[in-house]
Amino acid sequence: MSRIAEAFAHGKAFIPFITCGDPDLETTAACVRAMAEAGASLIELGIPFSDPTAEGPVIQSANVRALSGGVTTDKIFDMVAELRKDVVVPMVFMTYANVVFSYGMDRFLSRAQAVGMDGLILPDVPFEEKEEFAPTCRAHGLDLISLIAPTSEGRIAEIAKAAEGFVYCVSSLGVTGVRTQITTDIGAMVALVKQANPNIPCAVGFGISTPEQARKMAALSDGAIVGSAIVKIIAQYGREAVPRVRDYVAEMAAAARG
Amino acid sequence: MSKGRFGIHGGQYMPETLMNAVIELEEAYEHYKNDFEFNRELTALFNEYAGRPSRLYFAKRMTEDLGGAKIYLKREDLNHTGAHKINNVLGQALLAKKMGKTRLIAETGAGQHGVATATAAALLNMECVVFMGEEDTKRQALNVYKMRLLGSKVVPVTTGTATLKDAVSEAMREWTSRISDTHYCLGSVMGPHPFPTIVRDFQSVISREIKAQLREKEGKLPDAVIACVGGGSNAIGAFYHFIDDPSVRLIGCEAAGRGVDTFETAATIATGRLGIFHGMKSYFCQDEYGQIAPVYSISAGLDYPGVGPEHAWLHDIGRAEYVPITDDEAVDAFEYMSRLEGIIPAIESAHAVAYARKLAPTMDKGQIIVINISGRGDKDCAAIARYRGEEIVE
Repeated sequence: MSRIAEAFAHGKAFIPFITCGDPDLETTAACVRAMAEAGASLIELGIPFSDPTAEGPVIQSANVRALSGGVTTDKIFDMVAELRKDVVVPMVFMTYANVVFSYGMDRFLSRAQAVGMDGLILPDVPFEEKEEFAPTCRAHGLDLISLIAPTSEGRIAEIAKAAEGFVYCVSSLGVTGVRTQITTDIGAMVALVKQANPNIPCAVGFGISTPEQARKMAALSDGAIVGSAIVKIIAQYGREAVPRVRDYVAEMAAAARG
Repeated sequence: MSKGRFGIHGGQYMPETLMNAVIELEEAYEHYKNDFEFNRELTALFNEYAGRPSRLYFAKRMTEDLGGAKIYLKREDLNHTGAHKINNVLGQALLAKKMGKTRLIAETGAGQHGVATATAAALLNMECVVFMGEEDTKRQALNVYKMRLLGSKVVPVTTGTATLKDAVSEAMREWTSRISDTHYCLGSVMGPHPFPTIVRDFQSVISREIKAQLREKEGKLPDAVIACVGGGSNAIGAFYHFIDDPSVRLIGCEAAGRGVDTFETAATIATGRLGIFHGMKSYFCQDEYGQIAPVYSISAGLDYPGVGPEHAWLHDIGRAEYVPITDDEAVDAFEYMSRLEGIIPAIESAHAVAYARKLAPTMDKGQIIVINISGRGDKDCAAIARYRGEEIVE
């Protein structure tokens, strides 16, 4: 069983996201350890990009802070290698196509494998462009995670059939960020995925920030993903954010597990 | 490889949320591009509203002064709203209307595409929101006013470098949040498939007219066609019907800013690398980690870190040449054409004029150069005066 499959094997998953290098990589590493200890099932590590077109203002600002602080893809690989000495929770990178492409696809995925990453999420690589990246991911033992959106009608079956690791269900239209209400019929989306591929786990992200939302979204699927709400805590408390991130993840993970 | 490729370039690198929207757009375009009624309406708008065909003017004084090839100017600056942008906008707005969309969104740099989109929205009774970098809203306050006057909302974009690329990003974000009634009227031959093809087709009226007009005036093909390239829509429009005529040199002029050996440049083909951004694979100005570089040019319309995928391909196969032109050269050409021909070109188009000044004297008197004057220069007068150390108060 892959480490990602393992993450979904013990009840509902809780998946936090963090932008690497915001405000610095020491804080990121400390937050990752704290999130793992607080019950994260899988952790998404964001490699910052200058122009993150799928992100709302909260994560955009985190990208700017991280890049102005001098973080690079190489420094993030080094951080992960260091973390992997004691952190066993599955981890996936979430970044943009150009970060991987420009580094050299094979070179990027070799290093990702060597430092112990389990998967890759590229929000600007849809099903139509997946085959450019998927074989190299496979060759290095990383799952390329597929996304489905509320507008994916008619596309869900083919996406689900080819999916690896888990399916990232985008809860709402628009970019990442906290929402007071999620109106999409998540249950119906998940059912369509399961119909095409009964074994693939589905986790719901975009807009989730409260324990109530996490509980509800996880109940309708296999897990909940939270990004902006965590990045907000880090934006507010900076290097002092670690204990707050730990408490928040513990509360959200417990809620997701129901 | 996926759809919409020009060699290795192009593609559809878009969030899943927008995939059905671009597929729906492609299907609608495939239908309407051969639809008699659609083409009749579009031609009527081109001719009656935008003032097409635009003139092909023999620049006698420039020709005499440069002492080489005969120079013709394709006067896209005479179009309604003052630039080639209206060609694409009328096409896309009409297509969006046929698709049942009621709202247009657009990005703009200098404001030319924004004004054109606001104009088409007014004409076709559609709602319109234009995203414009905050820096550019300050530099082009008059165009912001024009868009509002035309009934559009202008949203200043404060993220990133607060210029054109950020306006594109913000328009894409807006589109993911509101798709059902909204068409993203992209302003250049860039972005995900089918935009590079749609925009090129609507702009290709430029080369179709040049070919016919020159046949009438000279009875032959031009020896060179010169156009400025940011994303590259006026250039691809001017090149398109000559791509299969190998005797015609196709020359794109990129904005070198303060020089291709400095960081203050926007010359993508001269200084960029292959990458994936804003929905397409093409050449981009970027650092070693793939972070998109802040670019600079005196021309807000060429101030973009990428280039359209069809240009990247024409460069790869050697069919078109791309040359960098500095701010200094463009400003000299802006003044030169104003003085010699009584035509004030847009600072973007002045990049093409600058290269013609270098090329014409090396050619024979029987040869012909066509320069695409993509827009008029009224909008640039204050900035050029400032460049020369003179402040103009409006």
